[in-house]
Amino acid sequence: MLLLASFVLSLGGLFVFIASMTRGLFGTPEEGSRVIFAPDEEDTSEEPAASPADQARLQAEMRGLAAGGPSVEMSAADLAARIKADQSSAGPVLLCLSFAVLWLVLGSLAGLTSSLKLHLPDWLDGQAWLTFGRIRPSHLNAVIYGWSSLAGVGVALWLIPRLLKTELIGGRYAIAGAVLWNVGVAGGIAAILSGHSSGLEWLEFPFPAACLLTVGGALMGVPLILTMKHRQVKHLYVSVWYLGAALLWFPLLYAVANAPGVHFGVEQATMNWWYGHNVLGLWFTPLGLAAAYYFIPKVLGTPIYSYNLSLLGFWTLAFFYSQVGGHHLIGGPVPTWLITLSIVQSLMMIVPVFAVAVNQHMTVVGHFRALRYSPTLRFIVLGAMMYTLASLQGSIEALRSVNTITHFTHFTVAHAHLGLYGFFAMVMFGSIYFVMPRVLEREWPHAALISLHFWLVVGGFAIYFIGLSIGGWLQGLAMLDAKQPFMASVAVTLPYLQARSLGGALMTLGHLAFGAHFFLMIFSLKQREAGATRFGFLSMSRNDVSQVRL
Amino acid sequence: MSGQISEFKLVTGALATLALAVSALVLMPYYLLHGVRPPQGLKPYTEQQLRGRAVYVKDGCVYCHSQQPRDPGQAPDNTRGWGRPSVAADYAYDKPHLLGTMRTGPDLFNIAARQPSEDWNLGHLYQPRAYTPGSIMPAFPFLFTEVRGPTAAGEKAVNVPPSYAKPGVTVLPTQQAKDLVAYLLSLDHTYPVLQAQAAQP
Repeated sequence: MLLLASFVLSLGGLFVFIASMTRGLFGTPEEGSRVIFAPDEEDTSEEPAASPADQARLQAEMRGLAAGGPSVEMSAADLAARIKADQSSAGPVLLCLSFAVLWLVLGSLAGLTSSLKLHLPDWLDGQAWLTFGRIRPSHLNAVIYGWSSLAGVGVALWLIPRLLKTELIGGRYAIAGAVLWNVGVAGGIAAILSGHSSGLEWLEFPFPAACLLTVGGALMGVPLILTMKHRQVKHLYVSVWYLGAALLWFPLLYAVANAPGVHFGVEQATMNWWYGHNVLGLWFTPLGLAAAYYFIPKVLGTPIYSYNLSLLGFWTLAFFYSQVGGHHLIGGPVPTWLITLSIVQSLMMIVPVFAVAVNQHMTVVGHFRALRYSPTLRFIVLGAMMYTLASLQGSIEALRSVNTITHFTHFTVAHAHLGLYGFFAMVMFGSIYFVMPRVLEREWPHAALISLHFWLVVGGFAIYFIGLSIGGWLQGLAMLDAKQPFMASVAVTLPYLQARSLGGALMTLGHLAFGAHFFLMIFSLKQREAGATRFGFLSMSRNDVSQVRL
Repeated sequence: MSGQISEFKLVTGALATLALAVSALVLMPYYLLHGVRPPQGLKPYTEQQLRGRAVYVKDGCVYCHSQQPRDPGQAPDNTRGWGRPSVAADYAYDKPHLLGTMRTGPDLFNIAARQPSEDWNLGHLYQPRAYTPGSIMPAFPFLFTEVRGPTAAGEKAVNVPPSYAKPGVTVLPTQQAKDLVAYLLSLDHTYPVLQAQAAQP
């Protein structure tokens, strides 16, 4: 009865909400989806991370090179404006992404150490700061607030001038915000390692560090507001909706969660998981989807399949995702209605996930060969698929019958990595491969390192996810069987914990390759002239293109 | 579409959805649980237990141990000796909450009833595998001092099983270890509560 009531209530609320929010918005869907292209730019693929030969193959795959590439090209004036827009964001983007990559490497090492400690419990046990209970949250906070957030904001700052077709305004607010943010992350992790954690998962940073993140996060969103005022586009592309909402949501979420002296006992637990899931749903997911919604059609040179569907996806995500957190407390000492509400909304998440999945699949379908030529697409399309998987898995995991098995086990950890790594990190990798050549006006120095990165993280993550999911499931079944001693649920996981360490080691190696490549690119002295990579297909003469062997 | 209508929709829509979620998952629990009184059988933590609780927090015990036994209808937690399903009132003195989300190790909500021995708990923290073969819990040697030769009178050495003992070495708990064990030995929620409270509110 309770279930039915909250179901009807949420469905009704949703329709009222969507009707009121989108009136007039669906008016010009065709126009909306084409905002990412300059006039006459459609049909031109853009992939700065690919070699000139692969760029030509990509273009051929999309529109048939026999015809000599796209029939029309964007004007020189539009191209100049594009270059100016790209340059306007270069400083803050470079700052955010450089620190993001640094945190990725540190966070991976902490993660690998935690993983090894679970099957080598006497390893590195002499010092307090190296104990599992401090290294594990250091890993989480380094990859969440260090890597993922800064990568997401870096890519967002780069997307803003592109989406609004003007130069980035207020970049120095973002720089100040990023500096505060980094100080907060470094200080927060130092606090965890030295025994000053607040004790709340996902919110371990003590109050001073949390203040830095709140203020830094808010500052990093300022350029969007300022640039929005000067936008040269009538229509706000769907990515702007996602970015704008995310940059608004995060400081509010984080401030409510860290409000001093307010939260207590079980209320604090519900707040904890309200935050824990909203930071995924209202921060990382919209940042990741904003990037996917831009780069997939941009690389392919073709608008997304259904623009209406993308906006429906946005509003349903905002509505449902924000209320799913209670499913982390199923079976716990919390009010029943709260759990029920969260389970219902977790299932309703199928709507926005379906909207994204259909849209992105239908955009790419028929062009899967393009993935061979475009590193950006390879990472992002894979990431988008993982988004669908992670979300559907999450909806199923919220069902009481499934949750009874998976709750309290490593299965949940595997699921969290499917979302934050399989989806978010993959989308960020792809985005960074696209963005950096535009930021530095320089090519990636070694194509082989991109491939190495891809195969190490994909292979490593497959081992990680499959291994840990099986191990977690068996752990849950053993724990539910009263005839088996508790230790049986520990013993059964051991081979899978070892597999996770193997997968994690490969992922870490991939990150080292990526990090080395990233900084090699920054510190490379070779300044390439405006070659094919600099502005894609356009700067190649027709003659060059036809000489590329296909 | 003219002017700033999109921006207005974006900001109001984003704030409305967030406000709804805050109301449901933060404000409602706040008001409903604010008046919950601690059960009669639950004593406030002593100062030492609170210090021990801080050790539990800073060394991250929560990442492997939950403190929230589930209903027998859902899982055999009670059969494992973890206790009756907990109710909101059981956590009246808990700040920060330590409900936990992992059971890499067992639930600890009633560890004091299950393992009331101070010696066992100290020894187990020093070397878990000496007491529980196959355990993957980290050892916490940094919560102890190893002393060679005679120790001061009145100091209670940790009981280390022979296979893990180092010859000529006496293991003494630090104050932190004693505090942590004092906290663990306060985790006894076997007093009765009205099951009505479990369903409330």
